[in-house]
Amino acid sequence: MLESEFMRLALGAGAVVGLLAPAVGFFLVQRGQSLVGDGIGHVAFAGVAAGILLDVSPILAALVAAVLGGVAIEVLRARGGAAGDQALALVFYTGIAAGVVLVSSAGALNVDLFQYLFGSILTVTSGDLVVIATLGAVGLATIGLLYRSLAAVVIDEEGARVAGVPIEALNITVATLAAVTVALSMRVVGILLVAALMVLPVSAASRVAWSMRSTLLLAMAIGIGSALVGLTVSYYADLPPGGTIVLVAAATFGMAAVAGALRGR
Amino acid sequence: MTPVVELAGVAFAYRPGQRVLEDVDLRVEEGEFVAVAGPNGGGKTTLMRIVLGLERPASGQALLFGEPAHRFSKRRLLGYLAQRSELGGDAPATVREVVSAGRLAAARLLGPMRSRDREVVSEAIARVGLGSVADAPLTTLSGGMQQRAFIAKALAGEPALLVLDEPTTGVDTESQESLAALLDRLHSDLGVTILYVSHEFGAVERFVGRLVLVRRTIVFDGPPSDLPGVWHDPSHVHA
Repeated sequence: MLESEFMRLALGAGAVVGLLAPAVGFFLVQRGQSLVGDGIGHVAFAGVAAGILLDVSPILAALVAAVLGGVAIEVLRARGGAAGDQALALVFYTGIAAGVVLVSSAGALNVDLFQYLFGSILTVTSGDLVVIATLGAVGLATIGLLYRSLAAVVIDEEGARVAGVPIEALNITVATLAAVTVALSMRVVGILLVAALMVLPVSAASRVAWSMRSTLLLAMAIGIGSALVGLTVSYYADLPPGGTIVLVAAATFGMAAVAGALRGR
Repeated sequence: MTPVVELAGVAFAYRPGQRVLEDVDLRVEEGEFVAVAGPNGGGKTTLMRIVLGLERPASGQALLFGEPAHRFSKRRLLGYLAQRSELGGDAPATVREVVSAGRLAAARLLGPMRSRDREVVSEAIARVGLGSVADAPLTTLSGGMQQRAFIAKALAGEPALLVLDEPTTGVDTESQESLAALLDRLHSDLGVTILYVSHEFGAVERFVGRLVLVRRTIVFDGPPSDLPGVWHDPSHVHA
């Protein structure tokens, strides 16, 4: 398997996304925003469509759209409790509707679109891998630097606000990180499955971990494990890589849930 | 000396024409231990939010350490235990992780904690008597112990003003007594100013120097011993 260059590149991209997606997803899941990744994915779809229509890089256009969508979701969420849920729905549906209209206008409702919806990790080039690795490293470094601040907001947002912690800036940072993760993960698992890699490893880890920090590290280990095992299985069993990676993560969640139940959690 | 809290003629309404607070004057000096009590819906939580600068009064003035509360610049001086404090998320945060979150504003926001910050966190945990369970997940502890952890979190920032909103809600009577005694000890040892907000003053009454009863405005302000006998029944203020 490793003799093939496309598999080496795929494993590299999978490893980066496998580490980054759960690391960012950890802070979304802990704040009860598991579906935000999905919402951003829908907006990213509109970005892909705009990229095709305007003849610019669909990934770059998706990155811009995802960042704008992620920040919009956070700003709308911060303005009102119940309205936050509706804000997510608004962004979800506007994103997917704009995507359909734009992609139809570009005459691109065809197989090419599938690589963005379901991933195309086997077509990752060395140039793509450099971009994915660079942005992934920046994302992970940001989380490493801000970990204590982001964790404090998860533990007690109101208490942190009273003490003068810059909550809004931290929440916008998480939204931006989520958007970058979605854009990077599109090539690996596709827009439709991107949120799964942000949520399932975290849910699995929280069933068996013993602290917040161990939950985060375990989620990242499950994420990279799922990506590498999923790619290997898909190579030998001739299965779609994106779906296989997510199914491995889902199976890991099942095992963790059983282990957690046996331990009484 | 500048008072820690100074409210003058404060009024507040969430909707026009429905005043929750009216003509409230309150002055809290450094080192005081004050219980703010009153019926549910009487405006004490709103009063506390105005004190903390989370709400702006419709009229009147709210000062914290001499500065307008809503743009108070030294927020790290504030320690806050929210009503029904409970852990956000479902990750199994340990007592130490929860208490460390309270150190954030006093320490730097980026990178790992310095050794001095780690010491302060350990001291705060020891002060509330949770040293032996410092690395246990909070959710494995009793309600009373969880409240102690949140008090330690508020202490970890080394606050000058500690505000506790309904700290004994959902806590059994024995733990309420023990929490009140703990607060008395913290007040004596650290000299921190404490504002204890509750719909009942029960266990804490014998430790506080001053009791403030709120029912839209302040209906009593003085030492608990001056409180008319019938008012010790919290239902009285509902009348």
